[in-house]
Amino acid sequence: MIQTLALLLAFQLAGEAAVRSLGLTLPGPVLGMAALLVAFLAFPRLYARAAPTAQGLLGHLSLLFVPAGVGIVGHLGRFGSDGGPVALAIVVSTALAIAAGALAFAAVARLNRSTP
Amino acid sequence: MTGFADIWSYLAQGPLLWLTATLAAYLIGDGLFRLSGRMPVANPVLIAVALLAGLLMATGTPYATYFEGAQFVHFMLGPATVALAVPLYANRARVRRAALPMLAGLAAGSVTAILSALVIARALGVSGETLASLAPKSATAPVALGIAESIGGSPTLTAVLVILTGITGAVIATPLLNALRIDDQRARGFAIGIASHGIGTARAFQLSETAGAFAGVGMGLNAMLTALLAPIIIQWFL
Repeated sequence: MIQTLALLLAFQLAGEAAVRSLGLTLPGPVLGMAALLVAFLAFPRLYARAAPTAQGLLGHLSLLFVPAGVGIVGHLGRFGSDGGPVALAIVVSTALAIAAGALAFAAVARLNRSTP
Repeated sequence: MTGFADIWSYLAQGPLLWLTATLAAYLIGDGLFRLSGRMPVANPVLIAVALLAGLLMATGTPYATYFEGAQFVHFMLGPATVALAVPLYANRARVRRAALPMLAGLAAGSVTAILSALVIARALGVSGETLASLAPKSATAPVALGIAESIGGSPTLTAVLVILTGITGAVIATPLLNALRIDDQRARGFAIGIASHGIGTARAFQLSETAGAFAGVGMGLNAMLTALLAPIIIQWFL
């Protein structure tokens, strides 16, 4: 468990360092994720060792955004004026994104004759 | 003998009380979620946030004091983002077999998720920090918070918008996809994962194993693409 945690932190650190030094707009941990994926492809044994702890962490992903979510306390005033528009944008945009993603996938799968 | 008020004022200043409260509130939320038969509306995060926000307001505790304790949980978002490489690697064979349809679905879904939200919100008079906080709403929370920070949004506002987006996707996905007559379980799951990240992915796993796996891949790929696209697209709106 400690090994996997060290691995994840090391890739996050490398990602942050690369983002800062290259001036990228990507969040450091996202670059760390991409780099870890490449490392798994190069060294499959690394994946076998890291998978259990990583899956345990991802199983409780929801818990991790509670502290940031509680920050809503400081935003209640802002929601007063923008609440309706933001809520409408979320509902319509989420429906459009699901429809666009699924229709594009299905259309290309038909063209490509790729079966499930 | 020390009075309750003294003990409270001592504990309320340190990180221990609020770290414990965060975990306890999440456990209550998760318990209610299971009791409801995993209804998307009974989202554990939403319940935990409501409980803690109520507690902070009732006790007059500033968010900064709360966050001193909760930051230990918050910190784990970074390593958790890196850990998303694990489900992506686990599904690499499925990804390779459906590479072209996924590329098309990813491009269409990701761009639509960012662009349509910004167009609608701006048309209705939303601007500045709130607009920037809305841009990464479909990306998984840890990534969305990082994006919000780098494009001038407010991470705390983004956290709430991301959760609301996830719940919306989980609730509307099935009726919407049925109305569109999309039968391909891969297409259904993938689109849900793109538009509504982890909360949608949890919902997709209830529909079928295939839908769940593709939702997980969609969530991971969309996190990366949103991190690349959101900083570019937001410039057209600020």
